[in-house]
Amino acid sequence: MSIGTSPPRRDGPDKLTGRALYADDLRPDGMLYGATVRSERAHARILSVRPDPEFDWNGITVLTAADLPGPNVVTLMTDDQPILADGLVRHVTEPIALIAAPTRERALAAAKAVLVEYEDLPALLDPLTAEGHAIRIFGDDNVYKRIRIQRGERSTLTGHLVRARYATGLQEQLYIEPQSMIASPRPDGGIALVGSMQCPYYVDRAVKRMVGHDRVNVLQAVTGGGFGGKEEYPSILACHATLLAMRTGRPVKITYRRDEDLRCTTKRHPAVIDLATLVSDEGKLLELHAKLWMDGGAYHTLSTVVLSRAILHVGGPYRCPFVDLSGTVVATHTPPNGAFRGFGAPQAQWAMERHMDRVARTLHLDPIELRRRNLYRDGDITGTGQVLVAPGGFAVLESAERAAEAPVTRTTVRPGVTGARMAAGRGLALAWHGCGFTGNGEAKIKGKVGLEVRGSDVAILSSSTDIGQGTETIFPMIVGETLGIPAARAFNTPHDTGLVPDSGPTVASRTAMVVGGTCQKAAEQLLTLLRSRLGDGSFDALVSRWDPNWGPLAVEETYEVDPNIQWDPDTYQGDAYPTFGWSCVIVDLRVDLDTGEVLYDRVVTSTDVGRALSPALAAGQIEGGTLQALGWATAEEVVLDARGCMRNDRLTNYIIPTALDAPEMITILEEIPYAGGPFGAKGIGEIPMDAPAAAVAQAIERATGAILDTLPMTPERVFSALEPR
Amino acid sequence: MLRCEAPVHRPHSLEDALVLRAELPGATILAGGTDIMVYLEAGQLRPTEFIDLSGVPALRALRSITGGQYYGAGLTCTDVVRSPHTHPLIREAALTVGAVQIQNRATLGGNICNSSPAGDTLPVWLALKADFELASVHGRRRVPAARFWRGYKKTEMRPHEILVAIIVPPLAGYMHFRKVGTRLAQSIAKVVFAGRYVPGIDAALAFGAVGPVPMRCPEAERALIAGASPAEVAAQVEKEISPIDDVRSTQDYRRKVAGNIVRTWLESR
Repeated sequence: MSIGTSPPRRDGPDKLTGRALYADDLRPDGMLYGATVRSERAHARILSVRPDPEFDWNGITVLTAADLPGPNVVTLMTDDQPILADGLVRHVTEPIALIAAPTRERALAAAKAVLVEYEDLPALLDPLTAEGHAIRIFGDDNVYKRIRIQRGERSTLTGHLVRARYATGLQEQLYIEPQSMIASPRPDGGIALVGSMQCPYYVDRAVKRMVGHDRVNVLQAVTGGGFGGKEEYPSILACHATLLAMRTGRPVKITYRRDEDLRCTTKRHPAVIDLATLVSDEGKLLELHAKLWMDGGAYHTLSTVVLSRAILHVGGPYRCPFVDLSGTVVATHTPPNGAFRGFGAPQAQWAMERHMDRVARTLHLDPIELRRRNLYRDGDITGTGQVLVAPGGFAVLESAERAAEAPVTRTTVRPGVTGARMAAGRGLALAWHGCGFTGNGEAKIKGKVGLEVRGSDVAILSSSTDIGQGTETIFPMIVGETLGIPAARAFNTPHDTGLVPDSGPTVASRTAMVVGGTCQKAAEQLLTLLRSRLGDGSFDALVSRWDPNWGPLAVEETYEVDPNIQWDPDTYQGDAYPTFGWSCVIVDLRVDLDTGEVLYDRVVTSTDVGRALSPALAAGQIEGGTLQALGWATAEEVVLDARGCMRNDRLTNYIIPTALDAPEMITILEEIPYAGGPFGAKGIGEIPMDAPAAAVAQAIERATGAILDTLPMTPERVFSALEPR
Repeated sequence: MLRCEAPVHRPHSLEDALVLRAELPGATILAGGTDIMVYLEAGQLRPTEFIDLSGVPALRALRSITGGQYYGAGLTCTDVVRSPHTHPLIREAALTVGAVQIQNRATLGGNICNSSPAGDTLPVWLALKADFELASVHGRRRVPAARFWRGYKKTEMRPHEILVAIIVPPLAGYMHFRKVGTRLAQSIAKVVFAGRYVPGIDAALAFGAVGPVPMRCPEAERALIAGASPAEVAAQVEKEISPIDDVRSTQDYRRKVAGNIVRTWLESR
């Protein structure tokens, strides 16, 4: 059947031919265009908001916080973020007022003609300063959350103490399609939303809470990438578009311009990580002490959960008999940071992998041999006390090293560059990544999937969106395989909260593994329903004999958490994740000694995916994620002004890699099955983000001797770290 | 979606183009449009009307003339990349402009008249001692590249003129081009360099993105001709250029990288 094969993507032809309709392509009759008036200050009292009397306001609607019908809160985890600032702004670009106008040009012009008078207040832009500062942003101490994990016995052995600080910067998700949302009044007085998003039910909950009734449905439009940037942020757009649609009685679309999107939407949390390890002469880790700070920005968003995943991954894929890991996520007067592929784990593992290189340097050990001596083995216990079953670290290390024995045959060529002074190097890094929600998260979500037999086809009802990763292709494969019918006869229905159950959000490397697993269980339930009446037989034979008087051929399945998983969220002890993915990355690169530029020639990745449901889609996820990680490593730097506002808010100056910058990739899929996933599959969406940056740093070090402990390793930073000529 | 309501005039001969230019001194000249599109999107350009030169065949000529080579200002980067007659320095520079899609539209004349200090091809014209041929209904004149750029986005061109060609004299010497960008495509230069050197006789060390206009380094050139070491020439280059800190890079980086590029080229020569 189809599992393990790579059929064409369902969404491919429409996207390639331009038939796919993204939110900004939709123009309901009578639609108005929305725009947002934003704070120009980091922290200020709003003294007045008034329309410029010189401007022609004919046909234009303006709303402020005073016009809200319900609580002024973007519903997510903590009720701290207002839908529109009311009297006080806590970060630059914070929404203050909304505009609806007949054309986009008029809307943007009107937004500029809303005059806001501020009284500046002192702003805290640096998280290390903000922690405990007298100026309050959140709670008593500007700390969203502290987490501490302690486990094991202090070492009685003497060893080498190695300590250092590592840091990472902001990173933008840079989905190709900017944020976009349309709200339309429904005949029943409710609101229908359609937009670019990962999590229709997040939007659904946020809007229902604001309007105070349930006559709301949310439909995902074709979405041009998310990477976490469309996890929580679309709720704000949806609330804004809904307010304007309610006031004007007409559909309202808000599509951000790229520069606006870059300046105001969430980014990867910057982190500072202090690590100290005690290491034996043989290079065995005896103690690991970690202190990690993250900058959450002005509102909570998902920061506490990002911190949690960071702390749970900071030890890397290595066993250590004593760990003391603490993390703090701090509020600052900067735009809130939020979900981004990897969700804290990449920052934490960047630090640990760099630290392993430091330990190797200190002890004069080979950095790969050092990793081999500490890599988790079957039955090892993690920092939370989780006993690891069949960890894949050695499998991915060995297959990556084997593949990397092949000589690099394709070197990256720079147009117009001849005769440069180059130094070549190779670097290796390892990572692990917890699949699905942390701890008992899935038990709280109880994600659901519905199946309905419609004629000879089977409809799959879920809120798991396809944001490029392949959900529209994978779910039908799982259902088809389980029912014994071709995948082509199963299909995902539109992800509309009015029609599909809540499967939980499309995040955390959980869609294929958790919701896909629920698809499989739902298909089994459908077979059980058929067999309960009709006995054995093929799916088609049974369906043809189903009497409609017995009721509809439809089932709904709820994800069941493995009862063996035990997790204590108070002590952070127990099974942090149902299973882990494992990854090894080997980068071959060259450094231009005159400029500090890094050229990637080849990247070998080996990733334990459990089971590759579609090898092409799995490899696509890993290769795309790897390139995104290379961007984080050496190119992508968010430059802020004195107000904490992004200055390089253009695709010409926020630099992500292009196809020309992409090296040859050798992508190995290891398959160590996870019994709780469909056909053994594990989550793979985020793990490609974890290891590449550290492999790059090691390669730069081997090529040039330059030691870099801060991301991104821009040419300017690499150049400064090189020996002077 | 980008929308611009300004009328577009599309002459089919140079004569018609020059007449239009004289009649409409406020019109914006449109060649490949690759810069104009960006300005429009950013709201930095509010054109009243356009004169589109893409229908003028004479502007796409590339031929040998007495005294060198004649490059029509309307030649696209792809035209010069593909032509076997293109000067190697010009080809190297054209290859680094934007990406293939941009190169297919972007013209030599557009890059020159846009007059960005970071224009990829501009140092090449300085290093090759090119002349720019400007035409109007009143006649033609030639301006040396070294005198064309007058300040940030300011040129020697008068409102009724059109840049019709670049004249490249036959010059010998070792040549080198190098752009330091931010990535391998779609990149704006942090430093761009074109060099030409005839040992003991002549030298041109021309840079972009290290000052308000593309510039040569006369002191460093004199030192090079006089036999200074590559390290000494590089040190002099670092003194002569005047880069700034901006959102793309730092003054210090640009200065040292400019020196390094020159030094490595001279050492490897």
